[in-house]
Amino acid sequence: MAQALESDPEVEMILGMGTREPTVPLERTEFVKADQTYSILSRIVGATQVDTIVHTFLVVDSTRVSSRALHEINVIGTMNLLAAAGQSGSPVRQVVVKSSTLVYGSASTDPTWFREEMARTSPARTRVERSLLEVEGFVRDFAEDNPATVVSVLRFANVLGTDIVTPISSNLSRPICPAIAGYDPLLQFVEEDDVVRCLEHVTRQRIPGLYNVAGAGKLPWSEVTGICGTRLLPISPVGTHTAAIPLVRLGLIEFPPELESLLRYGRGVDTTRIGKTGFSCRYTSAGAVENFIRAVRLRRSVGDTPPSYTYSQDIEQFFRHSPAVIRSER
Amino acid sequence: MGRETTPREQRAALVPLPRSEETPSPGQRLSDVDEWGRSEHTRSIARRVFAPLYDNWFRVEWEGLEKIPKTGGALLVANHAGAIPSDAPTIMHGIEVERGRPVYGMADFFFREMPWLGTVWARVGGVPAHPDNALRLLRDQGQLALVFPEGTKGPSKTYADRYRLRRFGRGGFVEIAMRAGVPVIPIAVVGAEESMPIVFRIPSLARLLGVPYFPVTANMLLFGPLGLALYFPAKFKLRVLDPVTFNVPSGQERYSKSRVMEEAEKIRINMQETIYEMLRERRSVWFG
Repeated sequence: MAQALESDPEVEMILGMGTREPTVPLERTEFVKADQTYSILSRIVGATQVDTIVHTFLVVDSTRVSSRALHEINVIGTMNLLAAAGQSGSPVRQVVVKSSTLVYGSASTDPTWFREEMARTSPARTRVERSLLEVEGFVRDFAEDNPATVVSVLRFANVLGTDIVTPISSNLSRPICPAIAGYDPLLQFVEEDDVVRCLEHVTRQRIPGLYNVAGAGKLPWSEVTGICGTRLLPISPVGTHTAAIPLVRLGLIEFPPELESLLRYGRGVDTTRIGKTGFSCRYTSAGAVENFIRAVRLRRSVGDTPPSYTYSQDIEQFFRHSPAVIRSER
Repeated sequence: MGRETTPREQRAALVPLPRSEETPSPGQRLSDVDEWGRSEHTRSIARRVFAPLYDNWFRVEWEGLEKIPKTGGALLVANHAGAIPSDAPTIMHGIEVERGRPVYGMADFFFREMPWLGTVWARVGGVPAHPDNALRLLRDQGQLALVFPEGTKGPSKTYADRYRLRRFGRGGFVEIAMRAGVPVIPIAVVGAEESMPIVFRIPSLARLLGVPYFPVTANMLLFGPLGLALYFPAKFKLRVLDPVTFNVPSGQERYSKSRVMEEAEKIRINMQETIYEMLRERRSVWFG
């Protein structure tokens, strides 16, 4: 995201914040390391007079963080962020939030396509879904309290790409992949480059509102696994959760509760609204899956290449601020 | 200010980023499953399996099939009967073969919850009966959608109540057709009742299995478990009634409930009278 913004000369300054150091070379982005809950954010907002915050740190994968960390990051982190943006005299004029279509859940009573204004039809049972709903509630309240601020929420479908790791992507890159016997749900995917492009689009054009983002078309799960060349491992349709426990313990599959309901009923979101703002995904759902598996195959053959770039605070400081460095005029 | 926290390790090193100049491939599809879950391939298999049943077992006869338009959306409504209703596949098959266009059968969410059955149902053209789905099919895609306004009350009635139409829900189908701006085309079906008549129901077993009703049919009493799949060779006769159009602007969020109920009741009475008329003309259950 920061890389994408750097190429725009109109953007004066970019400030990155994260719990981990950046892993891509950034030319003119200043980076600040933060703790999980981003508690220093209000000081930074006051000190730097930023006008736009792009909120991308929401966790949508419950297998990689503990439930406590999930709460800290999603709920408390967002609260801190919005509190910083909404403090009196705040310079922030725009907040962009990256959310997920997980907020719609997945149930038999769902419509085949969810529009942005539709509510989920079943109560949220999983931690991730609950925390995302809570976060979106905060954002809604924030937008109501700060009518002058442009607030956009983007709900992305299942993200696949060369780098991102999700339960779906790690299942698909293994030789066997879980499925619930007797169900073959339809799914949508979005490529990670399209995620960045969409965030960039909304940020640059200052588009307020709530949008679904997904690649065109829907694929049945059997076809997704077919494209990826993994074998389906059918799990009993009754007592699915219990039946999956030993497989998860053995490390054969990843099976968080969000995935269980998704593999039963699937999910479809209507993307006409984001289309009307002039954005369209470059990858279709099938294209995203294909692109993903091509990257996995390459990685299988050549292995993980060591990162060509490691962030080092001192060196970055030197390049950015030392009078000895000759900087080209932009 | 940009915030970069998604792990995007080794991106530059691993795979060259496709830049906006080149268009990514649209992705190779392996199956022909459409966005509703319908697959033309599965559909053609179903047609091949059902054709002998349609032609030789039920010997289906249509009347007024030309009233079903060749293009544009229309909401087909029919009476629903028989423990495991055979009228839905009959109507879908008949219109596909004889009018050459697909029919999406709208049914209860319950279907979607059943393993295997739910998947097959979706592949042969079943769609969950959500108002938004119906609107999309009829208005945006100009398709034919088939609904049974009686719902499960139709097929769950016993043989003693045969050919007596149940309540048409809350008239939701009329409201959808009004909103989509498409005609309602009623279809009266005779024969389905006798193909799998219910002698009595076991409500406690239905509750236990989580199904809407558990029928004990004459077929089951005669053939045992085989009776679940073995229909009696009743002669099927279907009559397409005149399309009903409503003189209201389409696209409204809400329509007068009394108007909706009145129209639904009119359609119901018309269908009921047509069914009685057809039964009056019928000489034999088996030969028509």
